[in-house]
Amino acid sequence: MNSSAVSLQEIVESTVEAHRGKIGPLMPVLHSIQEKLGYIPGEAVPMIGRLMNLSRAEIHGVMSFYHDFRSEPAGDHVIHLCRAEACQAMGSALLEQHARARLGVEFGETTADGLITLEPVYCLGNCACSPSIRIDDDVYARVSAEQFDELIARLQGEE
Amino acid sequence: MMAVRIFVPKDATACALGADAVAESILAGAAGRELDIELVRNGSRGAFWLEPLVEVETPAGRIAFGPVTAADIEGLFEAGFPGNSDHALSLGPVEGIDWLASQQRLTFARAGWTDPLSLGDYRALGGYQGLERALGMEPQAIVDEVKESGLRGRGGAAFPTGIKWQTVLDTAADQKYIVANADEGDSGTFADRLLMEADPYQLIEGMTIAGLAVGATEGYIYLRSEYPHSRTVLTEAILRAEQEGYLGNGILGSDRNFSLELRIGAGAYICGEETSLLDSLEGKRGLIRFKPPLPAIEGLMGKPTVVNNVLSLGAVSTILAEGPAFYRDFGTGRSRGTLTVQLAGNILRGGLVEVPFGVTLRDLVEGYGGGTASGRPVRAIQVGGPLGAYLPESQWDVTLNYGALANIDGMLGHGGIVVFDDTVDMARQARFAMEFCAVESCGKCTPCRVGSVRGVEVIDRIIANQDREFNLRVLDDLCDTLENGSLCAMGGLTPYPVRSALRHFPEDFGD
Repeated sequence: MNSSAVSLQEIVESTVEAHRGKIGPLMPVLHSIQEKLGYIPGEAVPMIGRLMNLSRAEIHGVMSFYHDFRSEPAGDHVIHLCRAEACQAMGSALLEQHARARLGVEFGETTADGLITLEPVYCLGNCACSPSIRIDDDVYARVSAEQFDELIARLQGEE
Repeated sequence: MMAVRIFVPKDATACALGADAVAESILAGAAGRELDIELVRNGSRGAFWLEPLVEVETPAGRIAFGPVTAADIEGLFEAGFPGNSDHALSLGPVEGIDWLASQQRLTFARAGWTDPLSLGDYRALGGYQGLERALGMEPQAIVDEVKESGLRGRGGAAFPTGIKWQTVLDTAADQKYIVANADEGDSGTFADRLLMEADPYQLIEGMTIAGLAVGATEGYIYLRSEYPHSRTVLTEAILRAEQEGYLGNGILGSDRNFSLELRIGAGAYICGEETSLLDSLEGKRGLIRFKPPLPAIEGLMGKPTVVNNVLSLGAVSTILAEGPAFYRDFGTGRSRGTLTVQLAGNILRGGLVEVPFGVTLRDLVEGYGGGTASGRPVRAIQVGGPLGAYLPESQWDVTLNYGALANIDGMLGHGGIVVFDDTVDMARQARFAMEFCAVESCGKCTPCRVGSVRGVEVIDRIIANQDREFNLRVLDDLCDTLENGSLCAMGGLTPYPVRSALRHFPEDFGD
């Protein structure tokens, strides 16, 4: 077993242990692993299964049901662009087009430099000041195409 | 001399509009001028069109400025801020802002006044009086008061809360649970979010009272992952409530126990449906369960469970503090308490409006909302979230209550009001309703899982004018199947936006 596999095993064990005794701990466990690693590696699934007495199919079923869980790493930053009605009423469809063209990706894809993953989201609860996007844990309101470009430029400048 | 207290909201929308930068600029500007200020990050009042709304505490009350950007701060200081309110951004006393002053705040009475995490502030504004009263009451007496208040579920289904609690109280079990449904997924809604970020202890107190009422010692808040700000606030609020003896074993020195855990969803609209939410809490795919059994009898882990919306549980704190008559007397007919709506979408003055039942949709959109943000005429209003009907102008004089909306094939739901101007393409909105259902269907029942996909295809054919009459009949038939054959409201109500768009805006569907 190589060193990275050992550390993954340790991460999974400590995470499962931290949630032991809770009811229905699978979701908190998956969230926690994803917060630590950015995604849930395929090799982690059987480890979780053994420790929690779940089949790989059960874990895969849960991971694939929810939009949030990733089996592949995302970019350094994730942009969630709201596609729901309140944002539609304020031109989110155009912002969506602009974002795809600006980043050169479709929803669910990551830019070639690995910097940004673009995801759809259905409501950020910021509907009085639409259209909205979320970059990592920060929400932005009344986002114009120009402001979107500024935010992207800022992310690129950080690299 | 006392430091001048300045308030800058830390709510998600305020932050999305630059409140953090405003707060930093105020601190820097005050430091540069050696002014003695105390910066408080309060919750929002829900007047989102005025955010970031900065307030200064004065002997004559709080003076408001808004909407303020970081770039305005230097000019504000030069005009004498915080000592002088003579500036173009000054709104005068916050209690004089008509948009807020004309509301009747009950659930949101405390929102925006204080640091949401301060238990001292919460108590000073009447918080935890309900719990203290409830600790001296028999469970049945608590349930009776909730029944007498006429409180109905505020998540959308409007089921009488007291009846639900009675069922849980009457069901014998070794363990019962309280679950707060904070999976506020409807577009155009943010009332739960505002409550959690501006007044989190109201929810925590309501859940604790619910625990005392039905004999549950464990509670869960199921919060959607799209609300990172709420997560931060609730995490800290639960911790502080535990430290001060409001949660845990021996609440406030009594022999009663109630513990609370925050759980985070993972991006699934369907988990706002209570049985799907329960499966998700159990660590499963969020599939709808057949009902019966009701969650009140077999809920979380098969145990009797109260599942209530955030606002419903919050209202319980008020009901127990003020008595059931206080809450009941706010309402009309079967709609009790206050009406909480959220003005969203293409709206000039968007935000949270809490008023007595009885206002019309037009009062809200034209009065409070001030029409569209774009300045163009309003064309369609979707009420009640993505499963709510699109209403044309002929229906805007409807009084907003559960019954009146049902009479015109609409629903109040969670009170989301999304305004569209005359550039909207209603065929596209109808198509989106089906598309959304296809994306978010849990997949358990065929009408919803397959019908939504077929719905998108059929609407595409109608728009393209292929076999128009035939495809309109197919769509109508499909909508019947979804409405009557789906297991839950997701499939059952998706035809509402579709049919209302088709009925009221046929000119948008090609031909």
